[in-house]
Amino acid sequence: MSAAAAPASRARTPRSRRALLVATAAGPLLLALIAVRVLVGTPMVPLDLAVRALSGEDIPGYSFIVMDLRLPTAVVALLAGVAFGLSGTVFQTLLRNPLASPDVIGVTLGSSAGAVIAMAFFQADGRTLFWCALLGGLATAALLLAVAGMGGPGSSGGADNRFVLVGIGVAAALGALISYLLTRLSLQSAGDALHWMIGSLSSSTWDRAAVLAGALVVLIPVLALLVTRLRILQLGDDTATSLGLPVPRTRVALILVAVTLSALTVAVTGPLSFVAFLAGPIAQRLAGRPSFPLAAAVGAVIVLLADIAGQNLFGGTELPAGVVTGALGAPFLMWMLIRTPTSGSGR
Amino acid sequence: MRRSTPLVLTGALLVLGLTCLLSLMVGARTVSPSTVVEALRAYDDSLTDHVVVHSRLLRTLAGIAVGGALAVAGAAMQGMTRNPLADPGILGINAGATTAVVLGVYLADASRVVELMGLALLGAALGTVAVYAVASLGREGATPVKLALTGAALTAGLGSVVNALVMIDDSSLDRLRFWQVGTLGARSLADISGVAALMAVGAVVILLTTGVLNALALGDDAAVGLGVKVGRARALLGTAVILLCGAAVALAGPIGFLGLVVPHAARLLLGGDYRRIVPLCLLGGPVLLLLADTAGRVIAPPAEVQVGVMTALVGVPVFIVLIRSRRQVGL
Repeated sequence: MSAAAAPASRARTPRSRRALLVATAAGPLLLALIAVRVLVGTPMVPLDLAVRALSGEDIPGYSFIVMDLRLPTAVVALLAGVAFGLSGTVFQTLLRNPLASPDVIGVTLGSSAGAVIAMAFFQADGRTLFWCALLGGLATAALLLAVAGMGGPGSSGGADNRFVLVGIGVAAALGALISYLLTRLSLQSAGDALHWMIGSLSSSTWDRAAVLAGALVVLIPVLALLVTRLRILQLGDDTATSLGLPVPRTRVALILVAVTLSALTVAVTGPLSFVAFLAGPIAQRLAGRPSFPLAAAVGAVIVLLADIAGQNLFGGTELPAGVVTGALGAPFLMWMLIRTPTSGSGR
Repeated sequence: MRRSTPLVLTGALLVLGLTCLLSLMVGARTVSPSTVVEALRAYDDSLTDHVVVHSRLLRTLAGIAVGGALAVAGAAMQGMTRNPLADPGILGINAGATTAVVLGVYLADASRVVELMGLALLGAALGTVAVYAVASLGREGATPVKLALTGAALTAGLGSVVNALVMIDDSSLDRLRFWQVGTLGARSLADISGVAALMAVGAVVILLTTGVLNALALGDDAAVGLGVKVGRARALLGTAVILLCGAAVALAGPIGFLGLVVPHAARLLLGGDYRRIVPLCLLGGPVLLLLADTAGRVIAPPAEVQVGVMTALVGVPVFIVLIRSRRQVGL
């Protein structure tokens, strides 16, 4: 998207060549990671058997592992990473704040709260859980929009930081709510809820992969349309208005797309913390400028790597991917805070 | 909006008295005021009502200690960092303390209040230092927004560490999920008095240095001009804040937003002078905490909504109003 948006005169500058290079490398890397996720583990799957299983041959033992366990997990990891990466980058670009990712401002916590409520009061699992998590994320975003006054006229000025800070407050409240709900559950259910809240790919199925894929097929084109407007929005609200852009409406539309992307993904995998937060800045460092396709790819790489690491690096214990991203994400977040001048006083 | 300070303080003391009475009376089993007085004057453990009052008395004492500590700590933090959003919950102090306690429970099976207190203090100190250090690095130093963001970042990061630990171990989970919501119940007098002694030290230090706090709130340059040794004053006040917050977390678990809300209310009533704000916080913090605790007992019977949840319920709207009224906050 960003490559296409770049003016032709700049098309062959070193930076865009770097972006192109990185983008071409991303595809093979993702394929390789998927292959690793499918082949490596207990038991190892020999490559030739995996290929035969993929082509539809029924190999006792291996076919099930490849086709029903590991491949759907790898696909869900890929799609979840893409969705988180895109969602985070929209927030970060729109609010001009690298900290404005859905985890920090409480959107993913809203999904978690929705899911935990579903578990606490309706003993929900599967589909109900999915809808409650989705609704929780969307409701939180609606609340944030209303409270931070993003839609209203003249909201532009300090809206970026205000939105983030309101988000932090809402996140704190949701955290308290979740803690409370956890005390109302049986120990078993509380453990389940907590496990869900860490984020894991262990229960990935083809159904879930299909849900994510379907959502991405709809949302990515919408996002692609909106990204051009986002670039205009970045020129400043006054300029954007004089260019004929309905500024508040565009902003709300972007936030809704970004929230739907992350809330849907949280509903499927649980909140894999920091993926949405990390993808955008890493992509920017790699390409030398913000890039949505690259952020999506980086998100996918992070989730796949975290899942592979959690599966294989800790001996007998399988750690959920969310633990790995959480542990790695926090130091990176701190480092970002030190480095980022824009996180300071507003503009 | 400024009112006569002695009048406001006397009023606050009266309100605190009434709140204590309410806290002793109201709950799953409501007791009449005369029975409360009787139970306090001539305790008879064969009477159920007296036993109820007795257990609520411990709870009320814990509430007074924790509420006062958090509110005073919040006021001091807001003054010394010039950050209107300062609160132990927002700035990552609670997260640090929580993580330390979780680690202690998980690794060493800690359960006594003394152990928890040591851990909470250590964690609170580490959390504070980490947040302040990270926020001060980088170009503009520790701006209010950056402090709040760093606190949120630390809270999020430590949160996933805590979740991972707790997930591995069911018995830690069982203890922690009740500890994490913040509760005043189930404490012995010995626990409370031990913790309260620490809090008293912290509170006295802050009460004695309100003049310095006033100077710091004007900004470092002005403070230096007024003859304040800024670094030393920060270290002293910071230590007092950590004592107060760590002790409060050890006694009642992480309770957010109280340290944010009460100083702002005090400021609205008495203006910006910390010589007035801090004493009012000492009285107002317990009032708010006890009201929240009492309300939590009756809001969803037969279960109890823990006090930490109740303060978040009250605190978040205030937090949001503060952010929305940007000019007043001066972010």
